Amino acid sequence: MMNTFVGNLGHFMAIIAFVTAIITAFSYYNYIKASELEKASWRRFSRVIFYIHSIASVGIAIALFEIIYNHRFEYFYAYSHSSKALPVHYMISSFWEGQEGAFILWIFWNVVLGLILIHTNKFWEGPVMVVFALVQAFLVSMILGVVIGDLKIGSSPFILLRDISEAPIFQINPDFIPKDGTGLNPLLQNIWMVIHPPTLFLGYASTLVPFAFLMGGLAMKRYSEWVRPALPWAIFSAMILGMGIIMGAYWAYVTLNFGGYWNWDPVENAVYVPWLIMVAAIHTMITYKKSSTALKTSIVLVIASFILVLYATFLVRSGVLGDSSVHSFTDLGLSGQLLIYMLFFLAIAIFLSIKEWKHIPTSEKEASVYSREFWIFIGATTLGLMAFQVILPTSIPVYNAIVEGLGGISNMAPPADQVGFYTKFQLWFAVALALLTGVGQYFWWNKMDKQELKDTLVTPYIISMIVAAIIITLGKVYDISYIVVVLAGAFTIVANGSILIKLIKAKTFKLSGGSLAHIGLGMVLIGVMFSSGYSDTISINMSGMTYKKDWEDDLNKQNVLLWINKPLQMKDYTVIYRGRYKKVKGVPDYVKADLLQSLDEVNAAVALNDIEAKGKTYASKGDTVSIVLEENSYFKVEYYQEDELKFTLFPMSQPNPTMGLISSPDSKRYLSKDLYTHVSAINDYEDPEWKEDQFENAEPGGQFFMNDFVTYFEGTELISDPQELKDLSLKEGDVAIRAKLSIMDNDVKRLIEPMFLIRDNQVGKVAAIDSDLGIKVEIDNILPEEGKFVFKYNTYQKDYVVMKASVKPFINVLWLGTIIMLFGFGTAIFRRYDEFTKMRNKGLE
Amino acid sequence: MKKGHIIGLGIIGVAIMIIITSIGDASTYESFSTARMLASNGDEKAIHVVGQLKKNDLGEVIGLEVHEDKTSFTFLMVDNDGEEQQVYYNEPVPADFSRSEQVVVIGSFKNEKMFVADKILMKCPSKYQETDVKEASL
Repeated sequence: MMNTFVGNLGHFMAIIAFVTAIITAFSYYNYIKASELEKASWRRFSRVIFYIHSIASVGIAIALFEIIYNHRFEYFYAYSHSSKALPVHYMISSFWEGQEGAFILWIFWNVVLGLILIHTNKFWEGPVMVVFALVQAFLVSMILGVVIGDLKIGSSPFILLRDISEAPIFQINPDFIPKDGTGLNPLLQNIWMVIHPPTLFLGYASTLVPFAFLMGGLAMKRYSEWVRPALPWAIFSAMILGMGIIMGAYWAYVTLNFGGYWNWDPVENAVYVPWLIMVAAIHTMITYKKSSTALKTSIVLVIASFILVLYATFLVRSGVLGDSSVHSFTDLGLSGQLLIYMLFFLAIAIFLSIKEWKHIPTSEKEASVYSREFWIFIGATTLGLMAFQVILPTSIPVYNAIVEGLGGISNMAPPADQVGFYTKFQLWFAVALALLTGVGQYFWWNKMDKQELKDTLVTPYIISMIVAAIIITLGKVYDISYIVVVLAGAFTIVANGSILIKLIKAKTFKLSGGSLAHIGLGMVLIGVMFSSGYSDTISINMSGMTYKKDWEDDLNKQNVLLWINKPLQMKDYTVIYRGRYKKVKGVPDYVKADLLQSLDEVNAAVALNDIEAKGKTYASKGDTVSIVLEENSYFKVEYYQEDELKFTLFPMSQPNPTMGLISSPDSKRYLSKDLYTHVSAINDYEDPEWKEDQFENAEPGGQFFMNDFVTYFEGTELISDPQELKDLSLKEGDVAIRAKLSIMDNDVKRLIEPMFLIRDNQVGKVAAIDSDLGIKVEIDNILPEEGKFVFKYNTYQKDYVVMKASVKPFINVLWLGTIIMLFGFGTAIFRRYDEFTKMRNKGLE
Repeated sequence: MKKGHIIGLGIIGVAIMIIITSIGDASTYESFSTARMLASNGDEKAIHVVGQLKKNDLGEVIGLEVHEDKTSFTFLMVDNDGEEQQVYYNEPVPADFSRSEQVVVIGSFKNEKMFVADKILMKCPSKYQETDVKEASL
């Protein structure tokens, strides 16, 4: 039965949300303008409307989730992003796999932030909420799905499949509902993808808060008062955006196959840039609070961070990136709307700033080189330049689009080696930042002159030199630029560490946010340097294969071909591929794929033999077991050192009908390094192309060659259990036998047992297939007079896997550094929010 | 000159340096013939070429040769000017490779005959949005 109610309800909610957003903006505007007498009633009205908006926005989300959760595949969204086999937590990921869902998520966070702001502010409620409501109106319009003439506003997630599909089935039967959806992109079937998008979108949403305070401040002519309430939110925004970025990086590291955590892809850059600007804005805002300089810089940076988030959204979702990004979204026809959204707020911000520019207070005094303002300003400038360096080349597709839009031809392409290109700038900028944080922190806490600066810096300088020397020696860092990175990282850690200790001694821990965040930065720098700069590909092909051309010598082969059970030397390790495995529900270990025969039903299989793990039997032969996502195969790779098994990895791979081979790496985690293993090509398991028939005669006890394997014919056995013969069930008077063949493949003994049945005058043959060895054997005939058996066999190829492996040293320093940095942000939020509430409660704001 | 001016000039200097490097390092979209010309002039910079895999009348991909150790392969690509070219890629064949509608190779000519791709971007039919309902789901 087609259910159109939920969709209509959701669509209706979207329209209500849109209308109420506009009314909220209008009524809060009136609230600001109203006389003291009328203020209270305007405020009550505005709040009620915003509550209705909130309920409608949450209603949109609930309606969409209901469609996914109840597998209503009559809706396009559920059909194209979900499927029946998905567990609930991945249904949540399907919710925001599509762009419409992502917009709903964004709307939802804005509602939450808006409700918090209404109840934590007095003076600022009106102006801030006008900006909020306008933003909401734009966001809701993205999912409105209203068509007026030729004008299409927004793309509704509640559209029915039959309304957009051209499949002929809908002409025959308009009420047709597909049995299952096309499923969730397997790369997104990862726990980090359940929490990464909400975090990132909360980060996106929260950049609105400082922007809204700023706009309110300019419009209300409170040119400097907006900083205090905006500051904790700016830090919050930087923390959440940073957290979103790190989660994305971590997800890429554990799920994607490019062998790292950061690829300088346009989609990544698009979030990194607003984050840098937001961090710069925090610093100038803090300086302003201390010494009333840098207010204009703060204003520019806060506007830039908000607009850059919108620009990022435009880049990623308008389709303009086209073929320059691996994961840009398709154009839903929203690019025009996104552009208007961005330009609208850019225009308002520029208009208000220019109008009020001359009234904005500035400090006449020039900052001294020995003042903290000077150093923080240099730091903020460095952050700004970093952002500029990234956004400039990332926007190349936009220039092309503009030039082509004007009728010209542009053949500019993004840099071919993205990682090398961005790293050569970002690395040195980051080194400069690390040094600045070290020096800047001393200025922050003390008034300094030349002599004092020297005295204070000497101790941390010496300590950091010693620390750096130890790291360089132990980590064998002999590259000059990496040595500089270590020095800078060590300096910032030591310098900020010494300040942190002082603050803790003085029992003023809540002031320590800055030093903690900067220590984190130093660790991130060192962690990135080691894990990327010294990432060592150990899967260098040393097989000495013949196919070579002169220029091929320069190319490193970073993949190795591993035949099953055949050891291969890879740097310090001997590696053996042991076959394809599956994950079975309730079984602690992976289960070999050839023990399972899949059934028609999704994720169900029959055990072809007893399934044992850790000395316990989990399923007996013939039992039906359920596989955890049957498309996923895990390739068992054993790592040996000096003939001793050190560890076993199970990198995952899935041949996906729409996306090709999807692989996720598996890593051995040590405290000081990760050993990362990733599958790059696999055998074809679906339909092997068997080669032509070959025949061998053999007597029990004899041996012969099959596909170059020495095969022992150990003997025969009468079959009494009728189950064994599968379809040909045993009857009275039948004779069934099994031939026992064994093959030694390196250190593994394989048993192959074809069966033969005689019923009346007819014979039945049951072939035995060994997919590891790539052999199919049948008893073709029995020659009683000679006492021999005729075996018919076909060969394919042995099972194999092509994989890549690398060692990533000290990657944990990077992760730990990010956690410390986030903790620093958290501490700073607490402190700044505390300042704000104190002022507010005094009735000053 | 005031300190502010020196800093301002410094910022502008760095910004100009960034712009120049970005333009210098930016790659370009080329056809095989212009790419070959660049290579013969000694320009070894990696460039982008957009095109399709060579297909026979039945729509099957032809000219795909996987090397013995399965870790590299060559294929025939036709660029948007219709020129055919053999391309070498030092990675295993991506699984959806032969289904791709459009390929972008990033690399350069190593000699007259062979274009070596450092990276391949593929555009596959309906990679992110499935618009036609498969008959199989009936």
